[in-house]
Amino acid sequence: MSSAEPLHVRLGLTDDELEEIRSTLGREPNDNELAMYAAMWSEHCSYKSSKVHLRSLPTEGPAVLVGPGQDAGAVDLGDGVAAVFKIESHSHPSAVEPYQGAATGVGGIVRDIISMGARPVALLDPLRFGPLSDERNRWLLGGVVAGIGGYGNCIGVPTVGGEIGFAEPHSANPTVNVMCVGLAPAERLITAGREVHAGSLLVLFGAATGRDGIGGVSVLASRTLEEGADERRPSVQIGDPFAEKLLIEASLELIERDLLEGLQDLGGAGITCAVSESAARAGLGAELDLDAVPLREPDLEPFEILTSESQERMLAIVRAEHLDDVRAVCDRWGLTTAVIGRLVEGGRLEVSAGGDTVAEVPARSLTEDAPVYTRPMSEPDDEDAIADDPTFATVTTPVDEAFVTLLRSPNVASKRWVWEQYDSIVQGGTIVAPGSDAALVRIEGTLKAVALSTDGKGRFGTLDPYLGAAHAVAEAARNVACTGATPLAITNCLNFGSPERPDVMWQFAQSVRGIADACRAFETPVTGGNVSFYNEASASAIWPTPVIGMLGLIQDYRLAVRGAFEGSGSWIYLLGETFAELGGSEFAEVVLGTVAGRPPALDLEREHRLHALLIEGARSDLFESAHDCAEGGVAVALAESAIAGRTGFAATLPGDVPAHVGLFSESASRAVISVAPERATEFEDTAEAMHVPFFRLGDTGGPRIVFDGLFEMDVAEVAAHYEGAIPELLAG
Amino acid sequence: MTDRPPRVGVVTFPGSLDDRDALRAVRFMGGEGVPLWHAERDLRGVDAVILPGGFSYGDYLRCGAIARFAPIMDEVRAFAEAGGAVVGICNGFQILCEAGLLPGALIRNRQLRFVCRWVDVRVETSASPLTGEIVAGDVLRVPVKHGEGQFVASPADLERIEAERLVVFRYCSPDGSPAEGANPNGASNAIAGIRSEAGNVVGLMPHPEHAVDPDVGATGGQPMFASLLSIAQARAA
Repeated sequence: MSSAEPLHVRLGLTDDELEEIRSTLGREPNDNELAMYAAMWSEHCSYKSSKVHLRSLPTEGPAVLVGPGQDAGAVDLGDGVAAVFKIESHSHPSAVEPYQGAATGVGGIVRDIISMGARPVALLDPLRFGPLSDERNRWLLGGVVAGIGGYGNCIGVPTVGGEIGFAEPHSANPTVNVMCVGLAPAERLITAGREVHAGSLLVLFGAATGRDGIGGVSVLASRTLEEGADERRPSVQIGDPFAEKLLIEASLELIERDLLEGLQDLGGAGITCAVSESAARAGLGAELDLDAVPLREPDLEPFEILTSESQERMLAIVRAEHLDDVRAVCDRWGLTTAVIGRLVEGGRLEVSAGGDTVAEVPARSLTEDAPVYTRPMSEPDDEDAIADDPTFATVTTPVDEAFVTLLRSPNVASKRWVWEQYDSIVQGGTIVAPGSDAALVRIEGTLKAVALSTDGKGRFGTLDPYLGAAHAVAEAARNVACTGATPLAITNCLNFGSPERPDVMWQFAQSVRGIADACRAFETPVTGGNVSFYNEASASAIWPTPVIGMLGLIQDYRLAVRGAFEGSGSWIYLLGETFAELGGSEFAEVVLGTVAGRPPALDLEREHRLHALLIEGARSDLFESAHDCAEGGVAVALAESAIAGRTGFAATLPGDVPAHVGLFSESASRAVISVAPERATEFEDTAEAMHVPFFRLGDTGGPRIVFDGLFEMDVAEVAAHYEGAIPELLAG
Repeated sequence: MTDRPPRVGVVTFPGSLDDRDALRAVRFMGGEGVPLWHAERDLRGVDAVILPGGFSYGDYLRCGAIARFAPIMDEVRAFAEAGGAVVGICNGFQILCEAGLLPGALIRNRQLRFVCRWVDVRVETSASPLTGEIVAGDVLRVPVKHGEGQFVASPADLERIEAERLVVFRYCSPDGSPAEGANPNGASNAIAGIRSEAGNVVGLMPHPEHAVDPDVGATGGQPMFASLLSIAQARAA
């Protein structure tokens, strides 16, 4: 960035975009207007590169109450209850300042949920870092986890899940996503369909506006990180979770008392975004008086007030007759309120400061009429990586050694060090806590619970972005189904490199296609999400990592199935079939040292049948345990069930593939379940009727895990590897 | 005797987080939960008071350092001086120490990280509002979740606390024996909870309110709430 460049370029606008602004206004934009357009037309706010692709996602279904385009999606859980949920990234700020970057990511997504009128009840944090052998990556992990905990723990929303992966391409630019789930009476949701009137007041409440986070969306989130990124620390916002907690309670009280016409959080692009979206959505314009905005420091310029991303602020749309009541509620919670303008007929957003008009633009031109690009795409030439399939490599490592290597791989090993730093139980609804396939959070006053899982398959994605994305949806749905819950809908966070690179854009398009196909097959529509581009540094992009946040529903949580073996003498089955598929596997990466080959095939109908069996098995209380089979294959899945239940097993693998394939292949559409012997016939009949292949692996029991004819080990030793690996790596 | 259920008040400070959970636990165990507000000087005739967990006022100063000045704390102090049962859970424990109603202090966990996990605590005395119906030596499973839960006191205070048998709960292994790994925060003498000299004020870092409903975990909090409700019932009568 050189100061010799014209202002619009420094703000992140192209020459063409400047031309479009000129033609919209019929004149030269002033500096304030340029700042507003730069923020609103940033990739982060406008989705200008992704929109054309996202349109192909399935977004409708019987349970969907609110689809993409609002602050968060919503689904109907029956009995008049709605779940509101969304996932978002805060990767760029976290790369620059991990604690505050992650903390404010939590704050932002929580406000998205509040602004729909729902009480936030759960957080999940999918994270990706570079290898822990590197000190900077350890610093980033420690800071991000502390930031998530520092904020989430202080606002009283339990962090119930997430997942963490480690891979070199995420070194320079970690991936930090946060998903939030809220619950609300369906009729109280604040949806775009609500009637909003001209003349209603714009009431800003919460924190004062400061200089923090100026240019957050345009400077940080919509560009690649380069040398000197640390100097962008002033573009990272600072979080105040105490203020957020007060915002949650005040907002919910305002909604409960029906005092609001609309509610919008202030996030990316600050006041400009909140006011222009509120106005444009209602087909109205707005008058905005910057002199009325409470400031943290006295000498802010109009453009700074317009685009500041100071945290913990909300904008309410209030009828004049309710203003006193709104003020009283906010006063009770110790929050400042300010009437900063009003909605007006016509579509113009007119901004005044010091008695002068400092900006005047059509509200829609900032939001719905932002530019849309069809970026060039090209398939990268990676035939070598695909041809070099590790499935057919000569393996000299003994399988027991490989097993320990896998258990100790940070991608597989227990993440207890991380999730013990999160309050996972506040609000009293956490039925199944972190460390499981999916978390379960009950709906108070009912026997229902939502099942939540986040999954991303970056290693598959880099080899085949279509398959990687489809696998992510499949695994998320399988995780939810393993608990006995029915997958209902997804939110997604699409983490990619620069959209200006044709190979990245091709990965993106392929990934969206993969998500769309899988979501259609599983009847889990997309209710919203977030696109995070420009995740690269020094011209090296992260693995294409679409992260899927799946929401499911179980009607009776007392029937929920856990992953742990429950005592001795149960029969263990593998559901699904194992094929010679080591391409993109954890085994290939950590034992053979290669990320290559084709990811496992994925038959969406077969996968869907597995989900149906898992749900039916739980409903009829057939299973004593059920656990997804993914990274590390059957061997790791069995080990995890054994560790969780402190119960050993003896298993014989199907003999039709080599031992290392049978143990570690990551073939799709599989799960490991256990059944009481007296229910085994019933189970087998059910599986046959539902067309899911199964194989009886062996029995639970004893203090050792035994792979017949291959190797055996004490459960305590297995657990020590699994639990000890990450703490030991972090101890340096 | 009256027929009404015992009324247990739960104070909400700005930043309280487990207030609703404490009210739910009181109801679950058969009592009436009464919400109390930090800015009011009214205990609404309750029979016992809980100061719940959370981050009152953000805990940006020392934990509990501001909450002790809340208007309702004058009433809580008077209630305690009159012999009423007062329970401080987590942040509530920190507030009671800051308010001088309990000795000692709570500082950052020894590992300098927040910790959320289930722990076992051994009941050291039946002479407290939370343990009246529990036999000393019993082991209860309850969760902890805190960043600043390491109980410390001056050597003289610590000696007095032990000599006067003010320790109510101690972290332990599942069979009740002492174990270094069982102490989640490095607390002195593995102290998880203590009582006042008079015995009617108790503070603890673990969260019994999250351990009453078997659907969400172990039930080590049930006998604690049963004890509290029994004392409250006696006062109500």
